[in-house]
This record gives sequence, structure tokens and C-alpha cells, in this order.
Amino acid sequence: MNALKKASNVTNTFAKRWAQFVIKNKWYVLLATIILSMGLGSQGAMEFDGDYHVFFSKSNPELEAFDALQEKYTKDDNIVIVLSPSNGNIFTKENLVAIEELTAEAWNTPYSSRVDAVTNFQHTSAQGDDLYVDDLSYESANKTPQDIAEIRRKALKEPLLVNRLLNEEGSVTAINVTVRLPGEDSAKEIPEVTAFIRSTISNFQEKHPNFEVHSSGLVPLNTAFFESSMRDLMLTMIMLIIVVITTLILTRNFVSTLATLVVVMFSIMSAVGFVGLMGIKLTPPSSVFPTMILTLAVADSIHILITMLQKMRKEGYSKHEALVESMRLNFMPVFITSLTTVIGFLTMNFGDVPPFWDLGNITAFGMTMAFIYSTSTLPALMAILPVKTKQKTENTPEKFGWYTNLGLFVTKQPVRLTIISIVAIGGLTYLATKNQFNDEFINYFDETVQFRSDTDYISDNLTGIYNVEFSVGSGESGGINNPEYLQKLNEFEDWLNQQPEVVHVNAFSEVARRVNRSMHGDNESYYKVPANREEAAQYLLLYELSLPFGLDLNNQINVDKSETRVTATIENISSAEMIDFSKRAERWLEDHTPEAMHAIGVSPTLMFSKLGFRQADSMFKGNIIALILISIVLMLALRNFKLGLLSIIPNVTPVLVGFGFWAMYKAQINTGMVIVFGMTLGIIVDDTVHFMSKFLRARRELNYDAKQAVIYAFETVGKALVTTTIVLLAGFAVLSTSSFALNSYMARITVIIIVAALIIDFILLPSLLILISKKSESKENVRSLQPQIQLDK
Amino acid sequence: MKQLFFAIIAIAGIASLSAQSAEEKGLQIAKAAEQADLGFGSSKVKLKMTLKNKNGQTSERYLETRTLELTEDGDKSLIVFNSPKDVKGTSTLTFTHKVGSDDQWLFLPSIKRVKRISSNNKSGPFVGSEFAYEDLSSQEVEKYAYKFLEEKGNLLVVEQDPVDPKSGYTRRVVTYNKDKGYRIEKVEFYDRKNSLLKTLTYTDYKLYKGKYWRALTFNMVNHQSNKETLLKFEEYNFDIELSDEDFTQVALQRAGQ
Repeated sequence: MNALKKASNVTNTFAKRWAQFVIKNKWYVLLATIILSMGLGSQGAMEFDGDYHVFFSKSNPELEAFDALQEKYTKDDNIVIVLSPSNGNIFTKENLVAIEELTAEAWNTPYSSRVDAVTNFQHTSAQGDDLYVDDLSYESANKTPQDIAEIRRKALKEPLLVNRLLNEEGSVTAINVTVRLPGEDSAKEIPEVTAFIRSTISNFQEKHPNFEVHSSGLVPLNTAFFESSMRDLMLTMIMLIIVVITTLILTRNFVSTLATLVVVMFSIMSAVGFVGLMGIKLTPPSSVFPTMILTLAVADSIHILITMLQKMRKEGYSKHEALVESMRLNFMPVFITSLTTVIGFLTMNFGDVPPFWDLGNITAFGMTMAFIYSTSTLPALMAILPVKTKQKTENTPEKFGWYTNLGLFVTKQPVRLTIISIVAIGGLTYLATKNQFNDEFINYFDETVQFRSDTDYISDNLTGIYNVEFSVGSGESGGINNPEYLQKLNEFEDWLNQQPEVVHVNAFSEVARRVNRSMHGDNESYYKVPANREEAAQYLLLYELSLPFGLDLNNQINVDKSETRVTATIENISSAEMIDFSKRAERWLEDHTPEAMHAIGVSPTLMFSKLGFRQADSMFKGNIIALILISIVLMLALRNFKLGLLSIIPNVTPVLVGFGFWAMYKAQINTGMVIVFGMTLGIIVDDTVHFMSKFLRARRELNYDAKQAVIYAFETVGKALVTTTIVLLAGFAVLSTSSFALNSYMARITVIIIVAALIIDFILLPSLLILISKKSESKENVRSLQPQIQLDK
Repeated sequence: MKQLFFAIIAIAGIASLSAQSAEEKGLQIAKAAEQADLGFGSSKVKLKMTLKNKNGQTSERYLETRTLELTEDGDKSLIVFNSPKDVKGTSTLTFTHKVGSDDQWLFLPSIKRVKRISSNNKSGPFVGSEFAYEDLSSQEVEKYAYKFLEEKGNLLVVEQDPVDPKSGYTRRVVTYNKDKGYRIEKVEFYDRKNSLLKTLTYTDYKLYKGKYWRALTFNMVNHQSNKETLLKFEEYNFDIELSDEDFTQVALQRAGQ
């Protein structure tokens, strides 16, 4: 015990000496930190990356499978432009002319490789004995009403169009623009495409006001990611205002508010410098780092300032004395909180989602810097600036404060409160298991985002946005013309079409049927795959020779003609249903086709569907490590093994409670929420540390019994804990207004967890502390002890 | 004698290049190139086409082409597929026209029928390769509008804009070698949005009959898809003396058997 006391004295002495050093060299310290933050800040760069690929690590197996598929065929990112004419009929001369015009313009989209529309659909027909392949509606301005009626008839029975580019009523149509992004600089390429599409659409609407236009697809998804990053970065401004107001209210001192503002600004500038130095490109999850740092950094400053002002106001310390004393008292807790927070954020690196690695690393760096600035710039500034306080001369008669009463309440019934807490926590933990992963990327955006509302419109009126793709092999070069292969592929296509969630299927067997029919004078009875391999191969050759630029079959057939791509468009279903669908399709292939034809489902939709599970699996280890590390930090800080172990309870249970409440609120969790455990662990540990350290101090230094020590802890840190909780709540409440669900859900559950942590630290923790040190307690009247304790503050 | 006459005209044309507009200069170069190759009569050559995707996976096709030179109208050509096995014997017959779209037929041995390719589409990929049909067909002067761009040593760079509205290109930038009978060294293809789509380089040039330059290797690289197609030619045969009778639908059927 003596050795430990020495250790505590060492830190106390260090903090004191450091504070005196800072005050003595205030100008130099200030200058040095200004140079440090400016130096880091000057390296700063804010670049954004909206490409949805950023959510997947290089080794993500779903991404690898999808990339392999894209390299086998073509790499397609797309924009779907959906047109709804006010007259409810696509097939009028004016409307077809307008669609043809927009299609021609769409070819000018940067990086475009293909444009599919109703008008340029390559319609296959027999003309005499010959195969005729041509645009469904070319030079529509010259069409007669009969021609147009004929076009309508052909279009509405074309399986490749209906439910993909045309709805069944012929009232809504789409133009699908495929772009091949070089992927060298998505921060430049995606905005370039988006700017072009947006101006094209607005020009089109100006000229044809009778069309309602919506757009979606992977490029707009990327743009939505991109823009949500920037919007969430803007939340920083709101948070700054909240920081100023909170600090003003809590400190009631202008100079303190200014100093706090300087500290948080320096921390953010340093973090921005880190972003630039590490070459990190910001993504929606990582773009919230300034708000995170603001929230966490402001707590450091407030702890130090409140103690200082209290010492000046209530106990009449001089400014410098108060500053030194405050630093002495707070250095260690602020250090430990910063350390555990940094550990918590660094565990994000265990996950499988790169944007969260960035968020974790940037915030961890920012927090480290915030600690440095709070213990250097802050005291230096406070030493330089004049701080005026009115010392309270009259001693208000001692009443039992709110916190004391809470302490008394707890000490009276520790057993009962423990049982109630355990039952409540147990129930909520059970509920927490009812949460389900759901990473539907459309639902990442709330209805205020245009991408979401446009995509919902398209899902309701035309086709699905989600899909699953299969590369179905034949096992031999040129084998896609093998009649057995075609027959099986055709069966797979039919099976997919029968599935309730499938909106549309695009398979090569449809091309084979269509060409076969046209080769037999458009005879419907030949609308089946050819029965002879040479015939199939030669028809395909003829058909391919008849296709125009950009509308070839390379996106559907590999170079070796040994595999074809099957694309099933799916209605909006949850991640679990999506994974289930894909599994079912894979199983069907296994059960009904030769081995060469077995294929796994891949697509961006599936990649996102599995992201949450993958993240949870990989984060599990990280969370355990964080828990162990943080518990060790606590044991060392508290110098008590038993209490360190006990601290696991109030540190872990808030997360369980949080997810329990979440099950009642949404019951769906996304990838962003998986990081919450490690992150909040680092933050809420603050409450436990403060409470336990004050409890121990009362026991060790003041020789109080457990109940008295609990009341002492309530009185000394109760207010500070409530204060930091309020600051944290403000910060995460700001984040929870994000229109991006990975951020807003994460923030909302963090709000629940932080509140739960405070309640648990006020109810369960003190009850447990009393219970474990029960043995030799005397039944004293706690009330009579009160005044003594008050004096010791 | 006739050839000397043309050569003189060509030289005279080049000499006065500086005094002409870029359009005239470009047209003159194209004509000079056509002149330089005039009189080969007919030829036959076997070739191997190798399709390569981004990952280096390859696929091969073996073809044979026969060409008949015509002066009043565009050349006639016949292409026979020798592999893959399931399209063996399939052959195409093409009559290029100086004005208007070309005529094309395909013989399908599986049904022993000749089908006319009635489509106006000549811009799609040729049997899944990076070559469009329009890249392989006879390069008639009338199919483009020209603009001379620059002269780099013995190389002349000319921009060619296709006349056909259904072409997949806005323009091609062609590099001629004026010292080697105006043979083409390189063609760059620009797509409809005027960005560089493909580059075709001709190498392993061989001079036949002291006059006709034939590249034995064509390499087409698609810069947007990173796919490549390589054509490797065997020896040209210029002594085959083909005639109109060898380029009819009947001949097409015969060629495929």
C-alpha cells in the first residue's frame, strides 16, 4: 500500500510540477502548441471518396468475387434515368423522340461504355429469310401512328425490356447508362459523371417539361455517399456552437469558453493534418471525425476548468493556485480517459470496413492531441488571460444536495437495487439478441436524400435496384453453345423468374431463344434454345455481327465463350433475405446442373448484405482485446485488482442495455453500429474511473466505510459525470441527425448507451461496491456523517 | 509506266502540301496511300486472332481472308472461320461500297444457308474481339472526311471523320509513313464522346512485290476496357489470281466447306 501511495504521489507531483512549468513558461508553451497545431494543420487535406468500394477491404471475399466477375465480363457502374411522361404513355411520337434525344446525349457521359434504352433496343426479327437486327425505334420523328403502335406491341412483350427498362403498362421507362470508371481517382471521376448527368437531366426537363425524371444506380449511390460525407462534415459547425453554449453554461465564464474553443480547434486542426499526412480520403463514416473529437475533447477542458473555477469561486484560491490544484486533481483522470478512449477507437482497426479504420485512427490521433492541448495550451491560456470570478463570501447553509440524496437512496437498499438492475439488464440483454443485421444500402439514406426518394420511386414504379449475379460456366471453351448448357441455363432462368423476390432476369438463354425464333421466320414455336451446337454457335456469330457499337454481348459472355452472366434483379428486401435468396439460387444450381455450372451469387447488394456479419465477426476479437486492455488500465489506475475486475460490469452492461432498447426501437442493426462497443467502452469508462477512484480515495485516505465512501463519491464526482454525459449526449445527438444511417444509428445507440452508463454507474455500481465490501460494516447513521464529508471536497 | 505516273503525281502532291488547307492535305495523303497500294489484284492470307482480357485470359480464333481489288467500287472480301470448331466453315462475304453501306452475307454450314446481314450496324465488335467490323473492312477514301494534323519526320498524322452516322467513332487519328509507301503505322480511335477508345498498331511490315506493304501483326488495345486483340498473319499470297466468281454467294458456300 505504501508503494502504491508513492506512485500516486509521483503522479500528483508530476502534474503539479507540469502545471507550474506551464504557468511559468505560459507564452512559450502557447507558442509551441500554436506552432505544433498550425504545422500539422498546414499538412491538412480534405479529400472525399464516395466510391462504394471503400466499404470493402482488399481481402473481402465478396468484393474479390465481384471484381473477378467484372473482369471476366465488363466492369459496369451505372446510372438509371427514369422517365415518366405526364400522359402516361411512352409510345407517342413526341415521347419517343424525346427518349431518343436523351439516349443520344447520354452517350456523351464521361466514361460511358453503353447506353440502353427502349428506343435503341436491338430488336431481332426475320425479314424474309434473313435476320434483321435494328433499333426498336430509330428516327422516331418519321414514324407513323401505325409504326408506333407496332413498336409499342413489340416493346411490351420483350422480356429484356419489361420490368427492366419499361414497366408493364408502358407508362414509365428507363435509360441505363453504363460507365467504365478508370478507378484512378474516384474523387474526380464520380463528380464528373454526376455533373454531366445532372446538367443533362435539367436540360432535358427544360425542353420536355411533361416528363418527370428520377435517377438512381451505382454512380448516384456513390454520389450520395460523397455528398453525405460533406453534409456530415458540416455537422461540425453545429457542434462548435453547442460546445460554446455548453461551456458558457457550465463555466459561466467567457475566458474559459474561449480557451476551450482554442483547445478543440487545435485538436481538430491537428487531426485534419493527420488526414492529410496519411493521405486518408474521407468517406461518410470517417467524415464525422471532427464532431467526435469536439465531443470528446471538450470534456477534458471542462473537467479542468470547472475545478479551477470552483477553487477560485468557493475556496478563494488565486488564479495560479487554482490552476495548479485543478491540474493536480485532473491530470490523471483526464489522462486515463484519453487513454481508454484512444484504445477504444483504435480497436476499429480490427474490423473489416476500411472507413472505420480511418475514423478510429483519426479520432485516436485527435484525442491524443486533445490531451496534449488540454494540459498545455489550456492552462497556458488561462494563465495569460484575466479570469474574473466573484468569490462567494456567504456560506450557504449546508443542505443535502441532489447527489447526496441519490447517494443516500442507493446506500439504503443496495441489495434491492442490484437485483432490480440485474433483472432489467438481463431482460434487455435477451432483447438485444433479437436485433438483426440489415445493410440495405438504399436505407443507409433517409427520405430527405434525393437518392433515396428517387430509388424508392424506381422500385415502386419500374424495377428493382438490388441484384444478384451469377457467372455460370460450361466447363469448356465455346461451351455456351452446347445445347445441354443452354437448356440448363434456360431452366435456371425460369426458376429465377418464379422466385417471389425476383423482378427481372437477364440470361443468355433468352438471347439464344430470341435469335433461334428469328432464324425460323419469327415462328413462336422456335422460341426455345437451339438443339444443335453448331447451329447455336453460328446463330450467335451472325447475331453478334449484327450488333452496333456499345450494344454487344461482351457484358454477358466471356472472351472464351465458356461462361455467361446471369443477372437477377431483386425487389427491396432485407440483407438476411438477400443472403437467403442467393443461397437458394446457389443450391438450385448444385442440385440441378453439372458441376461446371455451379456458381456463387455476387453483387454490390450482396457485398453490403454480408458486410455487417463480417464486421461483427472481425470486431469481436478487437472488442475483447479492448475490454482486457481497458480493464488492465483501470486496475493499474485504481491500484486494485478486485475493483478493476468489478469495473467490467458497469463497462459492458450499458452496451447490452443499449442494444436491448434498440431491439424495441428498430431491431435492425447495421455495420456502423458494430463499432459501438469498442468506441463507447473507451468513453463510458470515464464514469467508472471517476466514481471508483473517489470511492477508493474515501476508503483509503479518509478511512470511510463503503456506504460513506459511496456518498462521498456521489458528492465529489456526481456533478462532473452528469456534466460530461450532457456534453457527450449533445455531441452524439448532433451526429444522430445525420441523414446517413451508418452514422445516425451509431450515434443514436451511443446516446442510449451513454445514458445507460450513467444510470448504471449511479445505481448498480455503488450497490455492488457496497455489497462486495459488506462484511465489517457498522450500522451507523449515515446522515450524521454528512457535514464531515462535505468539508473534504 | 502507269505506276510511275501516279508516283509523280503523289510526289507533286506532297510537294505542294504546304500551300493547301488541312482538309485538302489530309485527303491528298489518303489518296496517296490508296494509290501506293493500287494494283495488287487479289490476295489470300491466314491469320490467328487472339483475344485477351484484362487478366490475360486468352481465346483464339483462326481465320482466312481473301481480297479482290476493285477500282470502280470498294474491294470484295471473303472471310472463312477455321476455328473454334463449332463455327468452322462459317464465312462472310463483303462488298464494300465507296458510297452507302456495305453488303454482307454470312454462310452458316450448320443449316447450309446463306443469310444476308441486313442490319445497318457495322460498328459492333467482330466475333467478340476489340476490332469492329468497320476497322477491318476495306478502307475506301470516300468513307471519311480528312484533316491533316501534323508531320513528324517521315510520319504524317491525319484525322479522319467517318461519313456513316452509325459509325461508333467520332474520329480516327491515322499515322502514315510517307517513306514506306504511305503504309499506316498506327490508328487511334475516338468514341462518340470523343475520348480515346482504342489504339491499333501495325508491326512486322513486309514488302511484297517490291511495292505492297503488309503488316503481319495488328495489335488493338482498348484503353477503356483494357482488353486486347492481336492479329498474327501468315505469309500473304498475291499470286492467287482471284476473280469476281470467287466472291459470290455460291463461292461463299463453297469456301465454307
